[in-house]
Amino acid sequence: MSVTTLAIVLLALSAAAYYVGRQRSFAVSRGSGGVRALHSLPGYYGMLTALWCGLPALLVLAGWVAFEPYIVTKLVVAGLPDEIRALPDARLGLVVNDIRNLVSGNIVSAQVDPAMQAAADHYRSLVQTGSAALAVVVLALAAGGIGLAWKRIHPGLRARNQVEGVVKAFLVLCSTIAIFTTIGIVLSVLFEALRFFHSVPVSEFLLGLKWSPQMAIRADQVGSSGSFGAVPLFTGTLMISFIAMFVAVPIGLMSAIYLSEYANRRFRAVAKPLLEILAGIPTVVYGFFAALVVAPALRDGGAALGLDVSSESALAAGLVMGIMIIPFVSSLSDDVINAVPQSLRDGSYAMGATRSETVRKVIIPAALPGIVGGVLLAVSRAIGETMIVVMAAGLAANLTANPLQAVTTITVQIVTLLVGDQEFDSPKTLAAFALGLMLFVVTLILNVIALHVVRKYREQYE
Amino acid sequence: MKNQRAIDIVNASLKRRYAAERRFRLYGIAAIAAGLLFLALLFTSIAANGYSAFLQTHVRLDINFDPAVIDPEGSRAPQALSGANYAALVRRSMQELFPEVTGRQDRRTLNGLVSSGASYQLRDMVMADPALIGTTRSVWVPADDDVDMYAKGHIPVDVPEAQRRIKDLPLSWLRKLESEGRIEKRFNTTFFTAGDSREPELAGIRGALMGSLYTVIVTLALSFPIGVATAIYLEEFAPRNRWTDLIEVNINNLAAVPSIVFGLLGLAVFLNFMALPRSAPLVGGLVLTLMTLPTIIIAGRAALKSVPPSIREAALGIGASRLQTVTHHVLPLALPGMLTGTIIGMAQALGETAPLLMIGMVAFIVDIPGGFFDPATVLPVQIFLWADSPERAFVERTSAAILVLLGFLVIMNAIAVLLRKKFERRW
Repeated sequence: MSVTTLAIVLLALSAAAYYVGRQRSFAVSRGSGGVRALHSLPGYYGMLTALWCGLPALLVLAGWVAFEPYIVTKLVVAGLPDEIRALPDARLGLVVNDIRNLVSGNIVSAQVDPAMQAAADHYRSLVQTGSAALAVVVLALAAGGIGLAWKRIHPGLRARNQVEGVVKAFLVLCSTIAIFTTIGIVLSVLFEALRFFHSVPVSEFLLGLKWSPQMAIRADQVGSSGSFGAVPLFTGTLMISFIAMFVAVPIGLMSAIYLSEYANRRFRAVAKPLLEILAGIPTVVYGFFAALVVAPALRDGGAALGLDVSSESALAAGLVMGIMIIPFVSSLSDDVINAVPQSLRDGSYAMGATRSETVRKVIIPAALPGIVGGVLLAVSRAIGETMIVVMAAGLAANLTANPLQAVTTITVQIVTLLVGDQEFDSPKTLAAFALGLMLFVVTLILNVIALHVVRKYREQYE
Repeated sequence: MKNQRAIDIVNASLKRRYAAERRFRLYGIAAIAAGLLFLALLFTSIAANGYSAFLQTHVRLDINFDPAVIDPEGSRAPQALSGANYAALVRRSMQELFPEVTGRQDRRTLNGLVSSGASYQLRDMVMADPALIGTTRSVWVPADDDVDMYAKGHIPVDVPEAQRRIKDLPLSWLRKLESEGRIEKRFNTTFFTAGDSREPELAGIRGALMGSLYTVIVTLALSFPIGVATAIYLEEFAPRNRWTDLIEVNINNLAAVPSIVFGLLGLAVFLNFMALPRSAPLVGGLVLTLMTLPTIIIAGRAALKSVPPSIREAALGIGASRLQTVTHHVLPLALPGMLTGTIIGMAQALGETAPLLMIGMVAFIVDIPGGFFDPATVLPVQIFLWADSPERAFVERTSAAILVLLGFLVIMNAIAVLLRKKFERRW
C-alpha cells in the first residue's frame, strides 16, 4: 500500500474512531444517569478516540517516510559482497546510486554485474517488505488505539482536558517553528561559510580588493585560481543602497508629512493606497522596468550630455530600488508622525508657528528616532534586495565610486554563484554562503537596532 | 522712534515665513506626485510593451494534406501519422505561393517566415481528423517571431537593410502575403496554453502558472494553519516569559530577513540535507512558507488583539474552557482579519523570485508540471528568464506575463480589501 493511500485510510479510520468514541461515551453514561454524568461533552470522547487512533500511527508513518531510504540503503550495503563494501565512501556512493537506478529502471553508469543485479533485487524486496510491514504496523497501531480508547472511556474520564492538552502541544510546536527557522538559517549558512573560510582566510574575504570567483575545477584545467576579496561587493552594495535611500528618504518622508499634516481626508484616502501599490509590485517587475526603461533612458541621457553611462549602471538599479522603497519609508514615517501627540502640535500653533515650522521644529525632532528606525529598516531591505540588482546591475566587481559605472552586489553574486551547477566542495559555491552569512548578519544587526529604536520611541508617548 | 514693537518684527518676517510655508507644502505635493508618476510610468511602460503579446500574427497557407507524405503506406496508424514529415507540407505550400524563389539560402529564408510550430499544428489537426488526408485546406499557422514583430510595427522598415532583422527580400514576400490577405493578427491562445519554449511565438505561461498554483497551494496549506496556531498561542495562551519573548523577537526578525537568505536555507536544508527533489513546487512552497509565516503571524495577532476582552470574559464566565473560548468565540471574530493577512502573505509569495532561484526553479522547463514533485517554474521566475532572452518578441511576452502576474496580485489584494471592508468591526 502506498504512503498516500495509507494516510487516507488513516484519516478515514480516525473519522470512524470519532464516531465510535462518541457512541461509547453514550453507552457508558447510560448506566450512571445519562449524558450529564459524563465529565466532558460526548464529542470530546470521540476526538480523544480519534487522536488515539490517528496520532501514533501518523507519527510512525512520518518517521518511516523520513528514514526509509537511509535504512534500506544501510541494509543493502550490508548485504553487498565484501570487496565492494571495502571501497572508499565516494565510490560506494556511486555503487549505491547505480543500484537505485537499476531499481527504478534508469540507465546505469557501469556494466551490470550479477552482484549489482542481486543487490538491486535485494533493494526491491526490502522496499516491498518494508512497505508491507509499514501498512501492517500502522493499521495495527490505529486499531489498537481505537481499542485502547474504547476500553478507557468511562464517565469520569477527563476527555476534554486531554484533547485540549494535545491541541495546546500543537500550538506550542507551531510557535517554535520561527525559532527553528532562525536556527536553520544560521546553521545552514554558517556551516558552509566555515568550510569556505577553511580554504580562504577571513581576512582575505573581508579586506581583499579583488573578486573573481571563477576557479579551475580540475587541476589540469586552464583557468584563474579565483580570488575572493569581497570589498568591491560591499562597496557596490553600499553605493546602490545609498542611491536608493537618496531617492526614497526625501520622497517618502515628504509624502508622509504631507499626507499626515496637510492633506484632507479625501486626498489621503486616494493617495495613500496608490503609493502603497508600489510596495506590492513584485521585485522582478521592478528589475524588468529598470533594465527595459530606466537603464536605456539613463544611457541615452548620458550620451546626450557627453557622459559615458554603462548600460548596467549602479544609478539605474539604485533609482528603481529607491522607487520600490518609497512606500516603505513613507508608511513607517507616517506611523511615527501620527504617534506624535496632538498636544505638541497645538502648543506650537498656539505660539504662532506656521504649519511647516511646526513640522520642522517640533514634529520631526519628536519623531526623529522613529524615522531613523524606519530608515534603518529600509536600508536593510535595500541591502538584501535581489531581483532588481540581478536584472539591472552588472556582474563585474568594479571597485569604483562612480555611480555611472557597473557595480555588483552581494546578492547578485549569491545568485550567480548558486544558479546552475553547484559543487559543494569548491570555494566558488561555498563563497555564496559566506556572502549569505554576511548579508544575514548585517541585516540582522540593522533590524535589531531599528526595532529597538522604534519600540523605545513608541513607549515614550504611550 | 527707534523702539520697534514686537508685532512689527513679526509682521516684517511674515512674508518670508508664508513663502517658506508654501514652498514646504509644494515639496510635499511634489514628493507625492513623484511617487505617483513613477507608478504611472511603470504601469504604462509595461502595459504599452505587453498588450501586443495577446495577439499573434498568423499566416494563411493552403496546405495539401498529401497522402504520399503523411501516410505513404495508407495504414492510418497513429504512429505513422504522428511521425510524418509535416514540415514538408508547410515547405511545399510556401513554395507554391512563391514559385520564383529557387536558391537554397532563399528557400530557407522563405520557410523561416512560418513558425516551426506550424508542423505540430498540422500534425494535431491530422491526428484529430484523419479524414483530412488527401484534401487541401487553407490553414492559419503562426508566423515566425520576426514576422510577428514586423506586423506589429516593432521592426522599423525605413532604416538601412543592414540594421534590420528582416532584410529586403523577405520583406517583399511579406508585403505580397499582406496584399493577398494572408497575414492576420489573431488572439494568442498559445500564450495561455503552452509551456515555455525557445521560440517566442510558441512560448506560453501555462507551465509557469501551474507551477505557481502548486507552489502557492503548498504555501497556503502549510502557512495558514501554522500561522494561525502560532498567533493563537502567542496571543491567547503564552505566558510572558523569556521563551515567548525569544519567539517574538525571532518572528519580528524573520519578517525583515532578506528573502534570498531563505533560499540559501532551502538549498542547504531541504535540498542538500533532506534530499528533496530540485525544482519541485513542494520545496518552493516550503521555502515560501517559512518566508510568509511572519506576515501571517503578525496579521493574525493583530486580528486577535482587536477582539475585545469582554467576549473572552463572557465565555469564561459561563464556564467555557480557555480553548473553547478561543475556538468558539475569539477565532471566528478574528478570522476575517487573519484571512486578510493570509491573502496578503500569499500575494507576497506569488510575486517572490529570489529564493526560488536558489532551489533550482529557474530551469528551462517545457512540460507543464502535473504535481508537487514535478520540475516546475513559477510566473515571476518565468518573467526573469524571459527578460534575459535577446529576442525582441520576448520583451513583449515578458511584459504580458507581468500583466498577468499583476492581474492576479490586484485580484488578491482587492479580495483582501473587500474582506476587510465587509467584516471590519468597531467594538
